Amino acid sequence: MSALAELLSSQIVRTVLTGAALLGAIAGMLGAFAVLRRQSLLGDALAHAALPGVCLGFLIAGARDLGSILAGAFFTGALAALVMMLITRTTRLKTDAALGIVLSVFFAVGVVLLTHLQATGGAASAGLASFLFGQAAAILPSDLWIMGGAGLGALTLVLAFWKEFKLVSFDPDFARANGFPVTALEGVLTILVALAIVVGLQLVGVVLMVALLIAPAAAARQWTDRLSVMVLLSALIGAASGAGGALVSASMRGLATGPVVVLIATAIVIVSLLLAPQRGVVWQALAARRARARITEARILAAMQGLSAAHEDARYPSEQGMLAAALGKAPSPRHFAELERRGLIRPVEHPPETTPHWELTRAGRAEAAARAGREGP
Amino acid sequence: MIAAFFESIPAMILLTGCLVGASGALLGSFLVLRGNAMLTDAISHSIVFGIIVAWLLTRQLSGPVPLIGAALAGVLTVVLTEALARSRLVRMDAAIGLVFPALFAAGGILISLYARDVHIHAESVLLGEIGFVWLNTVAILGQPVPVAVVTLGAVFAVNLAFVLAFWKELKLASFDPGLAAALGFLPGVLHYAILTLTSVTAVAAFDAVGAVLFIAFVIVPPATAYLLTRRLWRMVALAVALSLAACVVGYALALRWNVSIAGMMASMTGVWFAIALLAAPERGLVAQALQRRRARVEHDCRALVAHLFTHQDSPEMAEENTRSALVAHLGWTAPRARAAILRAHDRALIERRDGLLALSAKGEAEARAIFGTAAGLAR
Repeated sequence: MSALAELLSSQIVRTVLTGAALLGAIAGMLGAFAVLRRQSLLGDALAHAALPGVCLGFLIAGARDLGSILAGAFFTGALAALVMMLITRTTRLKTDAALGIVLSVFFAVGVVLLTHLQATGGAASAGLASFLFGQAAAILPSDLWIMGGAGLGALTLVLAFWKEFKLVSFDPDFARANGFPVTALEGVLTILVALAIVVGLQLVGVVLMVALLIAPAAAARQWTDRLSVMVLLSALIGAASGAGGALVSASMRGLATGPVVVLIATAIVIVSLLLAPQRGVVWQALAARRARARITEARILAAMQGLSAAHEDARYPSEQGMLAAALGKAPSPRHFAELERRGLIRPVEHPPETTPHWELTRAGRAEAAARAGREGP
Repeated sequence: MIAAFFESIPAMILLTGCLVGASGALLGSFLVLRGNAMLTDAISHSIVFGIIVAWLLTRQLSGPVPLIGAALAGVLTVVLTEALARSRLVRMDAAIGLVFPALFAAGGILISLYARDVHIHAESVLLGEIGFVWLNTVAILGQPVPVAVVTLGAVFAVNLAFVLAFWKELKLASFDPGLAAALGFLPGVLHYAILTLTSVTAVAAFDAVGAVLFIAFVIVPPATAYLLTRRLWRMVALAVALSLAACVVGYALALRWNVSIAGMMASMTGVWFAIALLAAPERGLVAQALQRRRARVEHDCRALVAHLFTHQDSPEMAEENTRSALVAHLGWTAPRARAAILRAHDRALIERRDGLLALSAKGEAEARAIFGTAAGLAR
């Protein structure tokens, strides 16, 4: 605890922590819509496409001025989104190809501009490379105001257009048929994603930004079927990953913040995929196991009823081996225990035989008859 | 002569670029057709993870071991992504975006923890250093040849052999995977074979052009070729030719402007794409706009013929069968009316009679065709 307090006493750590948590919350909130609209990789393309904008901003401002760099990144990001739309709407190329084209070509132009700047700009442009991988320590307290402002703006828009965004995310055709300006709404969502990316570049860099958009949303999706809960949860997961990543990287020398944040978010995704109720892998495996047990138990009842009918004895004591033969393989004792627990069968002695025997109870006969009636011809 | 070629730095840089471009375009054509282009993005980012893990295990940065390690990481990415997508807990796009950043981040952390002093600059991982390929050579038949050229030459040969040997199967699997599976051609195996080769090619190329620019060589030339032709062999050949052209022109421009060579080569593939997008015959944006315009004039022309036919020999004829009526009653703009009249005149559908627009015999026949015989009989 004292170690934590010591960490937090540093101004830089506090700034990075706040910034990472803010960014995680913004990206998580907007990422939820991107993931639902199957546009997860748009964030990847836009992040790469921001590189030429960063260089352009630097070129025009002539110095490492954050405002113009962010404006440049936002401009080329939005341009990339437009080009993407143009390619998918006017050609036979599929979305993946359009994404790949935009991502790689914009990035290539960015590389060209970057080398041009490095050749002419000298040392001043060295900081530009930090946009590739992010450099959390370079965040200034004043940058937090920009991030906070962007976050507040995004939050206001999402709240104001909640119903519209919801509709566009789940059923754009229905939205269009009802006269909603779907293209404009999708455009706003895309621009908001570009905004989140621009804000996050400094912190986590071009390559890892996409994870911050997708991972919290993918994790949140596993826990709920409600959009409001998902968006809130996604923002919380994003903020927690950001804060956790900032703390871990501050407490260990030489660990960059971006990768740690991404790995924490990924770990949350893995836990969610495994454990989430209803959807999680473990949950589904347990449900499948339960379903198989139900079926085996029903077959045991049916087999016992069949034996009773064949011997014209409602309380015919069925022998374990006979039931195994009827089912094709020996059922596990837990199935008998479960049937006993539900009061459908009871164990009986059948001397001189020493093997276990069971007979149907009244409830068991009723259940077997009901099942036979339900499943019979 | 041969020695001079292999000792010439520009020739080696160009050859490296061309080999990357040709190898990428060969495989990329099938990835673009199958809609798997973004898997290239995932693969090329995660090989960073493979290279660092191979280095931690063997302490080798060049040679076959890191190559295999990185290629395995690429394949692992694909396997993980597809397993995640098959679980139906997340969709394919999200699965891609979850797996490769995680591996990339893990690679970055491993580098910063264990490999600070090793020559693995994260920056060169993304950007490549094609300008320095000639520094690292190996002797072949007593002739020093850049290692990158040897590796990439071998990779290109394998890719070419694969594509030629499985041409029919690849074609079928790209256009109709269902049929390919039904006929026993194992499209799934082919799919993984292509992605494994992509992974190997990415590893061989990343020293030269970096992880991100490699994507440009795999996706953009095939996508450009896809806009220009409908035949598969022409698409593949065109894709290879376009990437070769991008390398040559890109290299020349990079020298002229003193900027990143690989970046300029990749940018040129984007220029070819932009040109094809705008100017492709039949399907380019310009051709589409012209087609739309032509179709609109043709449609207006038919509307004009119908309009004249309806009012012909009626009391309103003097008022209706004029150019001003088209503007006033049909709500057309003056240039639109003018274009329609000119077109109808060119096709000899209308003529000028007593200062009015009137149908010619051919125009009359066209109008009857529009309204059908019933309308003709009713008159």
